[in-house]
Amino acid sequence: MIITENLGKRFDDFEAVRDVNLQVREGELLALLGPNGAGKTTTVRMLSAILQPTSGHARVNGYDVVAEADQVRRSVGLLTEQPGLYLRMTGLEYLVFYGRLYGLDDSTTARRSLELFARFAMEGVADKRLGIYSKGMRQKVGIIRAMLHDPAVLLLDEPTSAMDPHSAKLVRDAIAELRQDRRSIILCTHNLAEAEALADRIAIINRGLIVAQGSAAQLKRDLLGAPTMEVKLDRPLNGEIELLADVITAEQSADDVIRYRTADPAATNPRLVQRLTQLGLGVVSLQPLPQSLEDVYLSVVGALPRREEEA
Amino acid sequence: MATAQRVQALPRRRVRWPIARHDLRLALIITRREVRDAFRDWRIIVPIFILTLVFPLLMNFTAGRLLSFVSDYGAEIVGTRLVPFLLLVVGFFPTSFSLVIALETFVGEKERNSLEPLLATPLTNQQLYLGKMLAAVVPPLTASYLGIAVYLAGLAVTVGWYPSWQLLVQTVLLTTIQGIMMVSGAVIVSSQTTSTRAANLLASFIIVPMALLLQFEAVVMFWGNYAGLWWLLLALLITAVILVRMGIYVFNREELLGRDIDQIRLGWMARLFWNRLTGRSPEGRYPSLRNWYRQTLALLPGHRMPLTAAFIAFLGALFVGYFLAQHYPFPPALQARLSEIDQVQNISRIAGVAGRLPLLIFTHNLRVIVLASLLGVFTFGVAGLGVYMLPWTLIAYMAAQLAAAGESPWQFLLATIAPHATVELPALLLVAAAALRWQSSLIAPTHGRTISESWLTAAADFSRLFVGVAAPLLLLAALIEALVTPQVVVAVFGGG
Repeated sequence: MIITENLGKRFDDFEAVRDVNLQVREGELLALLGPNGAGKTTTVRMLSAILQPTSGHARVNGYDVVAEADQVRRSVGLLTEQPGLYLRMTGLEYLVFYGRLYGLDDSTTARRSLELFARFAMEGVADKRLGIYSKGMRQKVGIIRAMLHDPAVLLLDEPTSAMDPHSAKLVRDAIAELRQDRRSIILCTHNLAEAEALADRIAIINRGLIVAQGSAAQLKRDLLGAPTMEVKLDRPLNGEIELLADVITAEQSADDVIRYRTADPAATNPRLVQRLTQLGLGVVSLQPLPQSLEDVYLSVVGALPRREEEA
Repeated sequence: MATAQRVQALPRRRVRWPIARHDLRLALIITRREVRDAFRDWRIIVPIFILTLVFPLLMNFTAGRLLSFVSDYGAEIVGTRLVPFLLLVVGFFPTSFSLVIALETFVGEKERNSLEPLLATPLTNQQLYLGKMLAAVVPPLTASYLGIAVYLAGLAVTVGWYPSWQLLVQTVLLTTIQGIMMVSGAVIVSSQTTSTRAANLLASFIIVPMALLLQFEAVVMFWGNYAGLWWLLLALLITAVILVRMGIYVFNREELLGRDIDQIRLGWMARLFWNRLTGRSPEGRYPSLRNWYRQTLALLPGHRMPLTAAFIAFLGALFVGYFLAQHYPFPPALQARLSEIDQVQNISRIAGVAGRLPLLIFTHNLRVIVLASLLGVFTFGVAGLGVYMLPWTLIAYMAAQLAAAGESPWQFLLATIAPHATVELPALLLVAAAALRWQSSLIAPTHGRTISESWLTAAADFSRLFVGVAAPLLLLAALIEALVTPQVVVAVFGGG
């Protein structure tokens, strides 16, 4: 479980993160989205007890990130933005080294490492030097390192970056599986489809502030408004649109297409179909227009100046 | 297919958390990995091998030729003085590699982004520092000891030369301490940079003093003052402890990953200093003069430790003056002249500048403070404190010489020093204490502040105490010294 209350971090005169309020329950995955320099990495570093907050509080797996930093570090598995491996070591040597730091005996680490290597389709390379691994393989080793000590909390910064689609799917499947093990997971990503597919909730951070938070559906509803419906007719309209005014407010129409927004499709759509039929217009199709997380993201981040742009 | 395979959850009871703070075992895990990694890099192995085996043999040959050459001219002493120095050089060269390894191991990790995962483990900062420091020091030192052994074995076989136990112990200790100094210096350099290139540029701040040190050691050894080498060793040991202490502080998660430290943020620095100096609030309001003084005086309790240190240094300065006078008394002829000194006549000599005297005295004290501050900045306050205390050593020395000449030292002190010293001494002790706190803040920064914050804050506190308290007192002391002290001297020593 991760709880933050008005969490903030100031570097001298630069406020990297401010008033961050998050809650990630056991078995829940929160995707943290935001442009580069928005404060994602600083937030993750505070939650992994690498950096100390300058304001607010955070508890990770029940431990305070400042007062019980050691316990926090033992509870957290961190995948950093860059895997940061020791390239002269073999994969297994590397993981045994980390296992020792987490207090695991070598045989347990080796067994678990090999299991995880197999899980990520990397059988047979554990005894090869990390220097010869591809980018994607290195990223997977980073993930294995984060999972090695079976942490209750996982903080994953761009876990599928630099991976081919197959590897990325393997990692996504593994993340979904890890959530089922009742872990609390924060996933920082720029891949919005991945966030939508994996996350129970999404938080968007910009200029150090959480500017939107909720499930994907909730964010779409709150930030993009009522869904837009599109009706395709069997013939072009001939002035009938004015006769629909008491049912819908048409936003955009082509000759044989009507678009409108409705907060209550269950009530509006049957009434509209009935009216169209009365007017002698056949309905070829009626469907909601897809609302993407990208639209949500751009509506929030695009409307606000970004740090990179300010700089 | 791997995707179908589910990873078995780790039984919780199998996870051991053996970490007690400063647990050496975890530090040694880091050391072992680093050493193994270093020895997989031929760029480290080859030079170490050459410096361990080839270089000592070359030095061995050089020493043999040197001894033979100088003996042809009856100058054996030159040879016997140079051979021990070559021993030091043989030990030093492999040690210099500790600097390379340290820069690689600390800033190289930062550059390759492999430090952050390490910082996310349960390792304490001290364990990480200790582990990496041992990794940087142990292989080069081992090479140094081996190199020394090869060199000595060669000398024993070729020219039958054996070092004294004292020389051997001193060489090994010097080599060890120099290695530790270079590594701890490298940690400090590494903490202030984010690239190996920048670290290499900054490494000249370590290499240049070490080269100068080696030259100084050469002079001491050529002089044959091996007793003096013990004092040098003590000074180096103290410096090494200070650097390690500083290294331990800067090697923490906050300093290492906290910010982009390659930038010089003059605006922020100026604002921090100015706000602290003037008491400007975050809302931009300045305090009234009365409140500013209240805030300034509130800084005094925080200076208790440095004030105590400055006072002890003052007592030490008096003792040193007295001690020197006992061991280096004036010759009888000079002592006789001390009895003849006419203090009143001395005063008449400054009559020409009497009008400007307060300003002269005040500006002189200001110059001393500027000099002491500059010296203190580069010596963690030690040399600065020495400058402040030097006049008191001279005063004590003179008082003791007067006593030896049969004059009353108390009359001298009470008449010529005490009137203005009652104001000047507290002011100088306060300035010395504030300067010491400021300049030593690099070694022991305030908890919760970065090094630069601590340093700037302490510098502003020093400026505040100087401007608000010490400078007015020094001005008053200058007035007393120029206008009152001469009257007291005239009254005490007679005349008119």
